[in-house]
Amino acid sequence: MDLLGLYNYWIVILLMMAGFYIVISCGNLVKKIIGLNIFQTSVFILFISMGKVSGGTAPILAEGITRFSNPLPHVLILTAIVVGVATTSLGLAIVVRIHETYNTVNEDEIHQQDEDAE
Amino acid sequence: MITAQTAILLAITIPLLAGVLIALTGKHPNLREAVTLLASLALLLTVSSLLPAVLNGQQPILNWIEMLPGLSIRFQVEPLGMMFASVAALLWPVNSLYSIGYMRGNNEKNQTRFYICFAIAIASVMGIAFAGNLLTLFIFYEALTLSTYPLVTHSGSENAMKSGRVYLGILISTSIALLLVAIIWTWQVTGSTEFTPGGLLNGKLQGPAVGIMLLLYMYGIGKAALMPIHRWLPAAMVAPTPVSALLHAVAVVKAGVFTVVKVIVYIFGLDLLRSESSAQWLLYAAAFTIIVASVIALRQDNLKRRLAYSTVSQLAYVVLATAILAPLSVAAAALHIVAHAFGKITLFFAAGSIYTASGKTMVSQLNGIGYRMPWTMGAFAIGSLSMIGVPPAAGFISKWYLLLGAVDAQQWFAIGIIIISTLLNAAYFIPIIYAAFFKTSDAANTHGESPLPMVIALLITACLTLLMFLFPQIPLALAQQLAGVGA
Amino acid sequence: MINHLPILQVVIPLLVAPLCVLFRSPRLVWSIAALTCWIILVIAGVLLHEVLSNGVISYEIGGWAAPWGIEYRLDEANTLVLLIVSGIAAVVTSYARLSVEHEIAEDTIPLFYSAWMLCITGLLGITATGDAFNVFVFLEISSLSTYAMIAMGKDRRALTASFQYLVMGTIGATFILIGIGLMYMMTGTLNMADLAQRLPAVSDTRTIRAAAAFLTVGLSLKIALLPLHLWLPNAYAYAPSAATALLAATATKVALYVALRFMFTVQGVDFTFGQMRLDLILLPLSVVALLAMSMVAIFQTNVKRLLAYSSVAQIGYMTLGISMASATGLTGSILHIFNHALMKGGLFLALGAIMYRVGSVELDKLAGIAKRMPWTMAAFVAGGLSLIGVPTSVGFISKWYLILAALEKGWWPVVMLIVFTSLLAVIYIWRVIEVAYFHAATDENSGIKEAPLSLLLPTWLLIGASYYFGIDSSLSTSTAKLAVLRLWGGGL
Repeated sequence: MDLLGLYNYWIVILLMMAGFYIVISCGNLVKKIIGLNIFQTSVFILFISMGKVSGGTAPILAEGITRFSNPLPHVLILTAIVVGVATTSLGLAIVVRIHETYNTVNEDEIHQQDEDAE
Repeated sequence: MITAQTAILLAITIPLLAGVLIALTGKHPNLREAVTLLASLALLLTVSSLLPAVLNGQQPILNWIEMLPGLSIRFQVEPLGMMFASVAALLWPVNSLYSIGYMRGNNEKNQTRFYICFAIAIASVMGIAFAGNLLTLFIFYEALTLSTYPLVTHSGSENAMKSGRVYLGILISTSIALLLVAIIWTWQVTGSTEFTPGGLLNGKLQGPAVGIMLLLYMYGIGKAALMPIHRWLPAAMVAPTPVSALLHAVAVVKAGVFTVVKVIVYIFGLDLLRSESSAQWLLYAAAFTIIVASVIALRQDNLKRRLAYSTVSQLAYVVLATAILAPLSVAAAALHIVAHAFGKITLFFAAGSIYTASGKTMVSQLNGIGYRMPWTMGAFAIGSLSMIGVPPAAGFISKWYLLLGAVDAQQWFAIGIIIISTLLNAAYFIPIIYAAFFKTSDAANTHGESPLPMVIALLITACLTLLMFLFPQIPLALAQQLAGVGA
Repeated sequence: MINHLPILQVVIPLLVAPLCVLFRSPRLVWSIAALTCWIILVIAGVLLHEVLSNGVISYEIGGWAAPWGIEYRLDEANTLVLLIVSGIAAVVTSYARLSVEHEIAEDTIPLFYSAWMLCITGLLGITATGDAFNVFVFLEISSLSTYAMIAMGKDRRALTASFQYLVMGTIGATFILIGIGLMYMMTGTLNMADLAQRLPAVSDTRTIRAAAAFLTVGLSLKIALLPLHLWLPNAYAYAPSAATALLAATATKVALYVALRFMFTVQGVDFTFGQMRLDLILLPLSVVALLAMSMVAIFQTNVKRLLAYSSVAQIGYMTLGISMASATGLTGSILHIFNHALMKGGLFLALGAIMYRVGSVELDKLAGIAKRMPWTMAAFVAGGLSLIGVPTSVGFISKWYLILAALEKGWWPVVMLIVFTSLLAVIYIWRVIEVAYFHAATDENSGIKEAPLSLLLPTWLLIGASYYFGIDSSLSTSTAKLAVLRLWGGGL
């Protein structure tokens, strides 16, 4: 029961591992960026789910509300999302430059070209 | 009259300043050489101004910057340092004279760099001689290694670079890997690195640790060329002869044995070493070096290499003398530093003179050369006598005290080594003199003596060798002061 | 005004970054950037003086009280790092003008300086803040701008190097985020001082141990601790010369500072070294980093790469000092952070000057270069000697403390390791020196002149500093000792 009750963590771990696997295994640079994104997102979910208080409402102080979720993790994750977006855009920009220079976005082919050039 | 403190500072800054001036006047060789000569004379005056005070038993101290918390750059003039500094300061002008003749006679390149590095090396020697603690000594020790490296690789040839690698490799690696560790260990154990009469470590370190510490120090001081870390010395012989003469017969190697004597007398203290069985190996290591190096010298045909191995063996004399651990033998060690300096520089000067005049580098080519270069070979003979330890040369005095000390300490093993090595010394020097004067020369030799400055220089050092035998009062007085510290 | 210095330190460069994009003229942008960096250096100096004379400065942003608001907390440890970062930034920025004009296309120069200022903002922010989440944000600001700067390198491999760093750096930063998140989960606070108070009560839980593990791995990546150093050699080798100098001297050092802060102040010595036994992990990694990376450096043909590998090895010294978990060892580490910044900064600046004149830092292109560029090469030699640890250089001071710390512990093999790796440094530095001084100059090199003064002066400023603090180390050693006391907290 405990294992299922912690389902949010299972999702986090699943997403994290999926993202991590993509980053490591894919030779395609764009896919690597996507994998990185999934990896980051899993952590966002970790934070957000951490802020949930069972039975709590939105953190708006009004009459009769005594239980509410912790808003701080949500706010933090807003910042982290911005960081994630910036990372993704910068990564994609670099991929575009790499494509312009090497005419490919495949890691192995890029290494091959560099080796040939030496 | 300048104060002793100023004199210490001047002794280090004069050569450095000379280095700067040499760099500025590099375009005008005559002016440049004048700077070198003037600076060397100024240094000689400065150092000799310290002598009376030290002879009176004073030890001027100068504390400079605090480099690490509780650890300053500190200078203190004690008898041994005074002796070493005087020898170096006395021989720098002579050597400069010789260098000018040699470098011009052989049309060497990069002469400005040569003189600059030479001046820096002399400054480092002064720093070593006057160092008041291990840290200061170590700083100048490394500076000496680094400033002499460009002198060794002076010619820039493949061979010179290879030798430079050996030179730097051995000297830097031993000093950083062993000496530095030993110094820091000393600091950790005692909280000080100062040279203390009676021994800094005395009473602070016992048992096998003493033997290990001694090992770290003795092999960390690579410049003392104890076997098997002597290889840098023959390698350094690719350098122009004035470098071999002053640096590798006097300054660098003497800095090594000087440090050995200082460490044993002031850091360990004779009492500590006498009482620790783990420290006895040093005597045998020195004896081994004396004999093996002499045997190798016997088999060298290249004159400079033969001299180099002779140096290795003679340096081990100093170590042996110290390792006997008797006050008299410590005095002998100090005297031998001086006596060997005068003798060996004469020999190197002669070798360089032969090379400049005739282009010859091999012992086997020297038949009959005594008739063409009487002055050079005469000086060579005096130097050889000093190496063997026969009157009327200075080497006799140090050897005399060495034997006295050994008898005093009842070190019959050491006495045996000294006698064997004396025979070996004779065996590799006498044939050269014999060939030079008593064999007939080959037909095609038309050369005469080398340039005048060189001849003058080598005659001066030969005279110094004789004078030290005739008038040994000042070095003797200093050596006895040192022995008093040891006792 | 003076009360707001802690925040101004970070905000000024942040505001200058967009200004750099607005002004189009490279010269103007450079002037603004350089001026800003000197201003923040002055601020850092004032702050250090304040901290040393009046103790810790706590600044609450927007007036929100800690632990809910974000607090900037300046003590001896991070003010020293602030001084390092802003000092290096000031010198390197002054140097950057010609080097950047030479290596970067004219229309992207303002963008480069914008990224440059952002990077400095990030580094200063990480150092100054007392808030764990703030660390992550500033870390990402500096990292993102670093990726952009690296990608601007002339060589096309700069792009792949930057991409590789981006992927690894983001993973590292995310790990740090996880660690911070888990700590927040258990304590409900993000303020470091507050965390330090509350952590001991929950420290014996799996969550906190996991948090510490995530943090350590993430920070190790940023520090480039072996085996997470893979991004560093390429990034340093292909980034623009000025950027390499800035990064080598500051980025890894700041990450290391954060690691120290978490290990010692936040988690506490008992937890980090008593429970987690981090020393058992750091020690072998440091040893391998020192040995392997020094060896690898010996075989490099690109001098920038050579120094990059040397950097990874030198980081091994810093982590080695930490792994000893003793006051002397930590003093050695902190000193080496400072000292290594000076000497590596100077060395990379000298290489930048060579790059400016020769157009390459491949070893075979440098034959006989010392005759043409005597002052530049002299700076390189002086920096190299410092790396080796010759006395009177800062490298000697670091080594003194590290060896002393190892001797105190009786770790003789470690003592031997420290001296042995110094000797490996002799080999890789001397390979360059032999080529530059004793090989005959190639025909291509015959027309080369000495580097211009605007490159030489900053180079010599850093090299000079690395000897000044080697001869008179009282300022650096005393500050480092105070920093150690502060980091250690009550445990000493």
